[in-house]
Amino acid sequence: MSATGIGAAVRRKEDLRFITGKGQYTDDVIRPGETRAVFVRSPHAHAKIKRIDASAAKSLPGVVAVLTGAELANDKIGNLICGWMIHSKDGTPMKMAPHPALASGKVSHEGDAVVLVIAETLAQARDAAEKVNVDYEALPAVIDTAKAKSGPQIHEVAPNNTIYEWSLGDAKAVDAAFATAKHVTKLDIVNNRLVPNAIEPRSALAEYDAGTDQLTLWNTTQNPHVSRLVIAAFVGMAPEHKLRVIAPDVGGAFGSKIFIYPEEVVCLWAARKLRRPVKWTADRSESFISDAHGRDHVTHAELALDANGKILAMRVKTIANLGAYMSTFSSSVPTYLYATLLSGQYDIPHIYCEVDAVYTNTVPVDAYRGAGRPEATFVVERLVEVAARQMNIDPADIRKQNFIKSFPHQTPVIMAYDAGDYNASLKKALELADVKGFNKRKREAARHGKLRGLGYSTYIEACGIAPSQAVGALGCGVGLWESAEVRVNPTGTVEVLTGTHAHGQGHETTFAQLVSERLGIPLENVSIVHGDTDKVQFGMGTYGSRSGAVGMSAVVKALDKIESKAKKVAAHMLEAAEGDIVFKDGKFTVAGTDKSAAWSDVALNAYIAHKFAGQELEPGLKETSFYDPTNFTFPAGCHICEVEVDRDTGRTEIVNWTAVDDFGTVVNPMIVEGQVHGGIAQGIGQALLEGAVYDKDGQLVTGSLMDYCMPHAHDVPSFKVGLTETKAPSNPLGIKGCGEAGAIASPAAVINAITDAIGTEELAMPATAQAVWSALRHGQPRQAA
Amino acid sequence: MPAVSMTVNGKAVTGDVEARTLLVQFLREDLRLTGTHVGCDTSQCGACVVHIEGIAVKSCTTLALQCEGAKITTIEGLAEPDGPLHPMQEAFREHHGLQCGFCTPGMIMAALDIVRRCGNDLDEHTIREQLEGNICRCTGYHNIVKAIAAGAKAMAKGGARQAAE
Repeated sequence: MSATGIGAAVRRKEDLRFITGKGQYTDDVIRPGETRAVFVRSPHAHAKIKRIDASAAKSLPGVVAVLTGAELANDKIGNLICGWMIHSKDGTPMKMAPHPALASGKVSHEGDAVVLVIAETLAQARDAAEKVNVDYEALPAVIDTAKAKSGPQIHEVAPNNTIYEWSLGDAKAVDAAFATAKHVTKLDIVNNRLVPNAIEPRSALAEYDAGTDQLTLWNTTQNPHVSRLVIAAFVGMAPEHKLRVIAPDVGGAFGSKIFIYPEEVVCLWAARKLRRPVKWTADRSESFISDAHGRDHVTHAELALDANGKILAMRVKTIANLGAYMSTFSSSVPTYLYATLLSGQYDIPHIYCEVDAVYTNTVPVDAYRGAGRPEATFVVERLVEVAARQMNIDPADIRKQNFIKSFPHQTPVIMAYDAGDYNASLKKALELADVKGFNKRKREAARHGKLRGLGYSTYIEACGIAPSQAVGALGCGVGLWESAEVRVNPTGTVEVLTGTHAHGQGHETTFAQLVSERLGIPLENVSIVHGDTDKVQFGMGTYGSRSGAVGMSAVVKALDKIESKAKKVAAHMLEAAEGDIVFKDGKFTVAGTDKSAAWSDVALNAYIAHKFAGQELEPGLKETSFYDPTNFTFPAGCHICEVEVDRDTGRTEIVNWTAVDDFGTVVNPMIVEGQVHGGIAQGIGQALLEGAVYDKDGQLVTGSLMDYCMPHAHDVPSFKVGLTETKAPSNPLGIKGCGEAGAIASPAAVINAITDAIGTEELAMPATAQAVWSALRHGQPRQAA
Repeated sequence: MPAVSMTVNGKAVTGDVEARTLLVQFLREDLRLTGTHVGCDTSQCGACVVHIEGIAVKSCTTLALQCEGAKITTIEGLAEPDGPLHPMQEAFREHHGLQCGFCTPGMIMAALDIVRRCGNDLDEHTIREQLEGNICRCTGYHNIVKAIAAGAKAMAKGGARQAAE
């Protein structure tokens, strides 16, 4: 390992601009003649729009335009779409309701965009927005996930508010296995609705150049090319070659900035209509009612075991709330990103899962850090933990007994796990967490009136999203390969263009580490270019912990081609056969001689082309690769949470956290640990603090950071983080991905720990002090077999 | 519109602002100092923290006109343009106390105020409690806490060196 190569904890190249205030986020970009946009949003969850009166607003100083859904439709701007087709059990396609970027005729959730007000300044736009008079006729709202099917119908296309009724697995085989079971564990689970809350609010700045008929969009997006594709091909805004999407620095995303939202579409349309740049940036209150939310499942789950604790089968029935409209990838989250992970780390012969997706009059729900996999992990890890308690088996032992131990392993729910060592991560976590000393600590805590509990979560996830043929067969509308272009300059410095996008993950450092090691050049001689459709030809963006496994693999493939061509150039320079050229540590050598050429000399010779005929070898040194993975990757590990619960107040304190993860090859351990920390904190947020609450009329009660409890520094502990390693066989670097693991593993670990402490399983997330206090008093006490 | 004058990062500035213009708007839009960010509208997130007369203040809840004659320091003013980084900035980089970078300017400005109030020898508990006014969604705070403790220590050393000189 070199000092800056793969495996080195290199300090981040991108940090200088962030710690000095020189980052360039979308709202920091300013264009000449820029106008400011404010959306008038529905205050109702469900209502007919009877009349819009903008006359008072239009007459205010500085107002440039007031635009409505009628004008949008008139200009033939198409609807937003969901890009993953799911079919119901009966073979019918999902019921995708029209989603216009500005509401047309009716609104379907609080926050639905109705009118766009554009003015010279933000203050003027805000003043004018307040003067827009929209006359609504309120309709009864559907809010409750579990009761959505029996509520008033929201969209014409979806009777019973049902989007699909989907299933996976063999129901008959599962029934047969349950019939032979000696023990069945049953749980009712609510996976609470979350608001992603990246600290940078979403923003869009659109500009139109009438001279070239070119539109440019600066946007808080994780995937500028996908955004451009959807806005061009489906919304019909402009052809792809006339639309440039730039994702500059993006201040956190966690999935919520994958999607194509109404605001960027409307800003593009308005910028072209008005021939002026149009900028919109969300207020936080606006983010709460317009950013896609996460989770929101209601589940009944059952686990069948034999007398010794061997798992025989699992049966799961979930209702997933997708909100008022189908967001870009919403359909895939509770299906192929969820049910396919229900086997966990366990050898479970039979699994059957049914998922009903429903519309409600709430903000659309889509992928949020982990996306489906945290929900699956919560179901599996709660079932296993509760089964162990009910059967009087040590929770670590029941896991060991059921772990998959040989690979490859085909689960009954599509996934073929290719590599892992689940015992290794459990064993290491047991040591790091000093589980042996737990009973002593528990007795000590009891002396202080505290209840101490220990909770495990041995999670698995499918990352490296994903083999294009595989996801295509499951209904995905796009391929999920990744591209890379390596441009070597005549002086030997290198630019790498990647279709992935970093919004906190540190690609400018990790991707450069790979190139530096491979070419033997200093880290500072490598630049990583991303987030601009005019620079990077195409790419699928960053989500699903895919950038290392898929994006860096594309860089490896492009570097292979670079090396191959550079060897040809070196062979001409050194007057040797190409096959005799050896490239090592930034030097080309003729094998068995002392003849050599430095990397920078070869780069220069590739461009000046004096040593070879252009007919024989093309000048230049630039190569492209499109890499499609052969499988998902399967990061897995063991998290152990130790809590103390105050018996009198119900307050939970997390006193120890141990995470041991197998991410395959780790490029930069410092960055990987940071990803784990952040993921755990988000999972702790879900388990203890966060939850989007709607009242019966569809008002988001937790609509600001005053009402929605985000984890603060004093809510979370420091984390003990360890690694084990089995390489991912499906990509050349052996990377599995680390971005979501913490958020996937942690909610189950927290709830398993608290329920261990308080002696009842009747505890829903978020386990606030009040919820725990109430469970302590009213929960059904646990009865071991 | 009323005029306002203040000193920002050592430079005298003036501007015509509406009475309702917030300090953060004046900094970002009039002075183009976009290192100070807006992450919420209820004074919770702390991405907008700057120093007014050396004390941390949320610039999203301060009117520009309230700062008449005041000395303001933003993240852009912590280090000289070509000089070394402030020890707290350096500590955030060294300890990976940032990911997306959006909350970072506010975190660093708040961290300096913690040092001002609580000294250079900060334990984990103190730092976590004192960070009540700042939210980070990326880091889980683990490395921010480490960075602030290290930055505070480095500032003490720097201060001792300056005194010795």
